[in-house]
Amino acid sequence: MIDEEDLRQIARLAKIELNDEEVKEFSPQIRSILALFDEIDEVETEDVEPTFHVFGLKNVFREDAASPSLAGEDAIKNAPKKERGYIEGPKIM
Amino acid sequence: MKNYFKDGIKGFRHFVEDGETEEVTRRLMDKIKENRFNAYITVCEDAIERAREIDKNEGDGRLLGMPIAVKDNLSTRGVETTCASKILRGYVPPYDAAVVERLKEEGAIIVGKTNMDEFAMGTTTETSFFGPTRNPWDEDRVPGGSSGGSAAAVASGECIASLGTDTGGSVRCPASFCGISGIKPTYGLVSRYGLIAYSNSLECVGTMGSSIEDASLLLDVISGKDSRDSTSIDPALYRLPSEKFGKIGVLTQFFDGVEEDVLKHVWNAIHKLEDLGIEYEEIDLPNLRYALSSYYIIAMSEASSNLARYDGVRYGLRGKDLDWDTTFSRIRAEGFGKEVKRRILMGTFSLSAGYYGKYYLKALKVRNLIIKDFERAFRKRKLDAIVSPTMPYKPFKLGEKIEDPISMYLSDIYTVPVNLTGLPSVSIPCGFSEGLPIGIQLIGRAFDEETIINIAKIYEENTDHQKKVSGLL
Amino acid sequence: MNDIMIGLEVHVQLNKLKSKLFCGCSTDYQDEEPNTHTCPVCLGLPGALPVINKRAVECGIKVALALNCEVLEQTLFYRKNYFYPDLPKGFQISQYDFPLAVNGKMSVETDRGEKIIRINRVHMEEDPARMIHEGGIEYSRHSLIDYNRSGMALLEIVTEPDLKSPKEARRFLDKLRSILEYLDVFDGDLEGAMRVDSNISLAGGDRAEVKNISSHKGVEKALSYEATRQKNLLRRNIKITQETRHYDEERGITISMRTKEGEEDYRYFPEPDLPPMSVKSWTERLKDEIPELPDAKIRRFVEEYGVKENHARSLTSDIEIADYFEIVCKSSICTIPHQKVVRMAREIDPNMAASWIVDVLKGELNYRGMKIGRSPLTEDKTIKILKDLSSGKITEKNAVEIIREILDKGGDPEEIMRRRGFGRLDRSETEILVKKVIEGNPKVVEDYHKKKKRALNFLVGRVMALSKGKSDPKDVNELLEKYL
Ligand SMILES: [Mg+2]
Ligand SMILES: [Zn+2]
Repeated sequence: MIDEEDLRQIARLAKIELNDEEVKEFSPQIRSILALFDEIDEVETEDVEPTFHVFGLKNVFREDAASPSLAGEDAIKNAPKKERGYIEGPKIM
Repeated sequence: MKNYFKDGIKGFRHFVEDGETEEVTRRLMDKIKENRFNAYITVCEDAIERAREIDKNEGDGRLLGMPIAVKDNLSTRGVETTCASKILRGYVPPYDAAVVERLKEEGAIIVGKTNMDEFAMGTTTETSFFGPTRNPWDEDRVPGGSSGGSAAAVASGECIASLGTDTGGSVRCPASFCGISGIKPTYGLVSRYGLIAYSNSLECVGTMGSSIEDASLLLDVISGKDSRDSTSIDPALYRLPSEKFGKIGVLTQFFDGVEEDVLKHVWNAIHKLEDLGIEYEEIDLPNLRYALSSYYIIAMSEASSNLARYDGVRYGLRGKDLDWDTTFSRIRAEGFGKEVKRRILMGTFSLSAGYYGKYYLKALKVRNLIIKDFERAFRKRKLDAIVSPTMPYKPFKLGEKIEDPISMYLSDIYTVPVNLTGLPSVSIPCGFSEGLPIGIQLIGRAFDEETIINIAKIYEENTDHQKKVSGLL
Repeated sequence: MNDIMIGLEVHVQLNKLKSKLFCGCSTDYQDEEPNTHTCPVCLGLPGALPVINKRAVECGIKVALALNCEVLEQTLFYRKNYFYPDLPKGFQISQYDFPLAVNGKMSVETDRGEKIIRINRVHMEEDPARMIHEGGIEYSRHSLIDYNRSGMALLEIVTEPDLKSPKEARRFLDKLRSILEYLDVFDGDLEGAMRVDSNISLAGGDRAEVKNISSHKGVEKALSYEATRQKNLLRRNIKITQETRHYDEERGITISMRTKEGEEDYRYFPEPDLPPMSVKSWTERLKDEIPELPDAKIRRFVEEYGVKENHARSLTSDIEIADYFEIVCKSSICTIPHQKVVRMAREIDPNMAASWIVDVLKGELNYRGMKIGRSPLTEDKTIKILKDLSSGKITEKNAVEIIREILDKGGDPEEIMRRRGFGRLDRSETEILVKKVIEGNPKVVEDYHKKKKRALNFLVGRVMALSKGKSDPKDVNELLEKYL
């Protein structure tokens, strides 16, 4: 069972700041979604393989050949902040 | 506006051949800009220019001059692509999705980017940051979702055909709610390169048209193996010998939860097919009742990871710079809507330490059981298709279910098993009740789109539900 | 004395590949402008999809085999979910359950003899972007990100905590590097090519992780610092807590980075965009690509050439040096087309060659930061120098001078010898000797004029002896005839 503190912890993991209102609103909703999730508990799956690809596709590769990268400004043109060809990220500490 | 689209792609070809492409496109752009149903997020201003070129040097291509709308989660080079999210506002991809490339190669004119549920998370197109799309049959009702804009645009004559995407019913649901045809292809038949991911292992690009013929022509154009998508498949390697049995299975499970008039029209359609020589038998798949839970576990888990890249560094919304952790958390709080946040939180939880085995891994196993259920039904009972209502209800009122996520999720009961199994499926109109369209879903064997499309065509030719939509165009 | 346990997680860039792990962007970005070797895939643009570089997997298998690992029947890529400004997708495509290979081992020469270090696993993953913090990570007002490195193929090699000292850790890394270079999958000279996370714990304490150290010397220093720090804490009965520390290269110390509650939660799950791999069957084919590795080469050098074990060890630590040594030993300077050198009777003593290469040449190369393969001192030149040295034509000092000049300016040993007066005397010097011999042997000169053939031979012999064999016999003959 998830309580409000658990929800805040999950939000920290997901890097989404939640305000108190959202915590209040989401908590019961998330509990009922979890109840839906929990329905699969009753399925016996001990000898069942997980589906990693729906048709069992395997071994898809490409050859090691270089192909053209994005041209000119295309790589950084969407970045809200940039400097001397670098994309500017927030500070670390 | 004159009804240019009433005879679909085939009929529209005459206007192109007669050099009227620019004229028609101009009128269409005006109509789109009236924005009656809020079907579009972005209009492609260069469409008229493209049309003029086509009139000047009659090129070729199976979609030459056709005004096509594209869902806003498909990358379009040089055209803003937002997934209906605030967090991606202003993002202009430097590349085209594989399906957009294919449309352009066949001469299509992309007229705009259609509205959708934010990041395709929804069944109504109400979660869009740009406001809900309205159902052309009743403006107080939802068009279905998440490809609601693509469906409404077709149904209202704001394009001739469109691309949507289908993760758990997002092409079929709005096709059903808007009285048009929609195809969700076999997983891997169409490249996902450039489709902005919500749930990678479930989603496909699908097509919509006012007739099954138009939707299938569009599918033909966008299908085929693409080396840039590792999960794309050469159908020739997987397709089973196409045997025709003249029999369909009716998924009668969950019928007690289906609206009465929906059920009535679906049965009418099944009996019509019977008259046309296709027998039916009722089927019941043992693990189908776990489809919704395993579907939502998989979709939300994958979504929580797919949406981690929206941090404001390389594109999209960027806020005040603090330390990176706070900056990321605030921008994501500001940029994502409620439903997206809910799904990210659920997915994050279900993958977190100690829960992976209980949720995601378990769901992948249940998924395998559901795949086997369908395989067994097709093989043992010698079925050409499995049919069901597309949606258990008629289109809801705007706002009716948006505050109740669980009841919204439950409405996907017939569509999600198809995504879990990767099978192809179409939704076509099968009747009207209270002036609202009702859709029937046909599910086919893997890579056997042909059979379900053929059944749909036979049905369409022998009924007039499809023709009703042209009244709106 | 506390027992130290060290385990390493070594990230190795497969920088000999032509393209990145999941996209076609070129790996050749070392001196290029930032963000010029990027595409939708390695920038993590919405909608982009990864496709596995087959050769990267092959290289991974080669490394796994060289480290005596077992390649798994099925191997899968996973997503490792965490946020950081250098990570474009908010997850790193890596491996978790079902890594490429497990249960390997590698031997390391320690102060207490040869020791086996167990390898827990070898897995593949993508490199994050490179970040620059102007003014240092603590004070920079932003980070500058260059995605050219993003998506480079990495191998992560994880050891068991079998290393017992910082020095052993360094030896392990040196040896690992040489194996990777033998396999031709790695160039350790490129910036950021190998990065090490190390765990260190003392008996009775929790482990600390020191992250992201990029030199072998740095690893040894950081671990030594950490061992001392932990010992001091234990001595004062202060509990060592599990934490992640950053190594400050300039100050030579480690700093606590994260003591946050518990471990990170990476929420691993299989990457749905990449179907599973089943590549164990490739191992037979790839075994053929694995050359003789350092351990085997050491044994062979000792047996075949009779060189000392410490020389063999040093020669084989770098495959280029090892090959160089063999060419020098196995050949004369006589070359024939299509074959670099032809094998002839051994004219150079392998022991002498080994000690010249190990004691002189390696030092001279190191001093210049030069790789033998890219130096102007080709094998034939060394062969010439060593031959002249063994025949007494030049002195050891001369040989060192010649080697230095060639490394600095290039050139030909013969020409240098002549120009700098090493070895053979020039004609005027021989002329003086000839005159001296004629003057000092009047009796033989007389015999010569009586046409005694032996007399001339005797005089030639005297001149040659006087010049220590450095006179040109042709000069000697001509000059004797002239002055007699
Ligand atoms: Mg790693
Ligand atoms: Zn790239």
